[in-house]
Amino acid sequence: MDLQTLGQLLNTTLVFSTALIFASLGGIFSERSGVVNIGLEGLMMFGAFAAAVGGYYAQDAGMGGWAPWIGVLCAMAVGVLGSLIHAVASITFKSDQTISGTVINFLAAGSTLYMVKLLFDGSAETPLIDGFDKVAIPGLSKIPVIGEGIFNSYPTTYLAIVLVIVIYFVLFKTPFGLRLRAVGEHPSAADTLGVKVNRMRYIGVMLSGLMAGIGGATITLTTTGTFGHNTISGQGFIAIAAMIFGKWNPLGAFGAAVFFGFSQAIRNYVQLFEWSKGIPQEFIFMIPYVLTIIVLVGAVGRSAAPKALGQPYDPGKR
Amino acid sequence: MNKFKKIFTTDSYIVPLVAIVLGFLVGAIVMLMGGYDPIAAYSALFKRVFGNLYNFGEAVREMTPLMLTGLAVAFAFRSGMFNIGADGQVMIGMTAATVVGIKFAALPAFLLVPLAVIMAGVCGGLWAAIAGYLKAKRGINEVITTIMLNWIALYLSNYIVRAFLLLPGQNRSEDIPASLSMTFLNSLFDNARLHWGTAIALAAAVFFYVYLWKTKQGYEMRAVGYNPHAAEYAGMNVGRNVVKAMFISGVFAGLAGAGEVLGVFHYQSVFAASPGYGFDGIAVALLGLTHPLGVVLAAILYGTLTYGSAGMSFAADVPPELIRIVIGSIIFFIAAQGIVRWVLKPFYFKRKKEKVL
Repeated sequence: MDLQTLGQLLNTTLVFSTALIFASLGGIFSERSGVVNIGLEGLMMFGAFAAAVGGYYAQDAGMGGWAPWIGVLCAMAVGVLGSLIHAVASITFKSDQTISGTVINFLAAGSTLYMVKLLFDGSAETPLIDGFDKVAIPGLSKIPVIGEGIFNSYPTTYLAIVLVIVIYFVLFKTPFGLRLRAVGEHPSAADTLGVKVNRMRYIGVMLSGLMAGIGGATITLTTTGTFGHNTISGQGFIAIAAMIFGKWNPLGAFGAAVFFGFSQAIRNYVQLFEWSKGIPQEFIFMIPYVLTIIVLVGAVGRSAAPKALGQPYDPGKR
Repeated sequence: MNKFKKIFTTDSYIVPLVAIVLGFLVGAIVMLMGGYDPIAAYSALFKRVFGNLYNFGEAVREMTPLMLTGLAVAFAFRSGMFNIGADGQVMIGMTAATVVGIKFAALPAFLLVPLAVIMAGVCGGLWAAIAGYLKAKRGINEVITTIMLNWIALYLSNYIVRAFLLLPGQNRSEDIPASLSMTFLNSLFDNARLHWGTAIALAAAVFFYVYLWKTKQGYEMRAVGYNPHAAEYAGMNVGRNVVKAMFISGVFAGLAGAGEVLGVFHYQSVFAASPGYGFDGIAVALLGLTHPLGVVLAAILYGTLTYGSAGMSFAADVPPELIRIVIGSIIFFIAAQGIVRWVLKPFYFKRKKEKVL
């Protein structure tokens, strides 16, 4: 294992982590406001679909390098629209949040593939598009290992890392963040202080749709190039795990997402290690999941969810 | 307003029925927007399921694991837990049944088959109990552990099949001599793969009902699910109930796995990705309002729709994915009952007026 391979491993890790970072940040917005979001998987599907379709038509219209960004914008819009279903059901109609999240997953899986077949003459996949190119940051990309690993990445990866810091700041250092968290911890107290509980929750859920949408877009625009039935297979659930693992904190979720990304990346490199020859590949694939459980048992312990998570707000009940 | 509410709680079947009708309507609208003929599509769907004996038998086969995974998710729900891990528990159940079915093939069938089924249930249960134990002892969120256990189960099962049971040159295990097939019915249904798993699933639903509503242990479990703090104050052991509830939930899922390998495929594949039984189970549990009778009915509906959707695409050219929109909408309308009530409101006022007259 030389330095160059190490840099490549780091780079692949970030490629796989990026989508998870976006989606788990989205989950944090929703759950910090008190709305469970099991629907991240579906929201990512919406995003991946919209990015593939939007990117395709933008490319067709001759937008060249801007086409993927149009795809991202479409993914954001469709992600927000999709999350509105969840918001209306769980906030306005006070239905069970787990159920309406599951509904998102179902509707997303059905409607995206239905639309793909409708738009592209019965084909099960969208046409291949170019997607993003890696951008090397002048100067920094010359640093050994880190240069190859971090400063020669897709623009979405840079965006994800910047957003982790921005969202951390927004959640914990601004009045908006305080209100959002208050609504998730103790809605009636927040209401007494004049915070519009349901409005904050709508914002939380819509931001989660926006972020998960970008997450999905990342997968089509950097990894697969198309959208099909298995483009998003379990990524949204892993993002939920990353959010819980990171204790509903953007920095924690970032760490967890990178951890899961690393576990996906290591598969491509594991045959480079001499010691790995004797171990069946399945056990190597298992490592991150086993490790997650061990870490939870040993170090992290009780995960503290927002107190009012999962409870619809009823102003008449104190 | 209270009287108004009473009407809906006394006949609680009305809301699901209206939700189903609304779900089909949404599907029809989506089809019209795509330029398809919804009437042709829906009639093709039902014609496929009820048109001949073979397809009807296969549809029943499709419903069977849905019932069991639906019961698994519903049982955990009733005890206050969200079991996303039915998928992994099905995999473990499959593997246990396959291992027993192949390695103990020398036993007579009347011992071998029950042993394989019981091992599938027990192993599925123990797999789920890991998540229950970690929640009870360490307070670790069961959502994250069951997701992780799904992946571990997938790779563990693949490893066991690849290392010990592989049919040379193939990506699957050797054939399993133990069988749950109902041979006498199979010929009657034109070789549809009906198996005893269906009977096991129905028995599991009865067990679910009797255990939760007719026994003291079931009462404790529901109390813990409803309010763990109150249950603890009343002297119940919350942790033990959590582990037990997850174990039973996992047994249901494990039995679903046994039915699939011993009754349908008669071998176990090396899976590239998770087969998705558990996620269908979540939908079925929610459709069935987490009540055992509801789950059985929901599995019948879900199985009919998914199996029939292939016919829909043959006859009316409608992409079968449409059916997921229908199912999703039905669940949405069941969850957001406020919308259904709003749709029903005018009808109820009319009826009241007639009574007065």
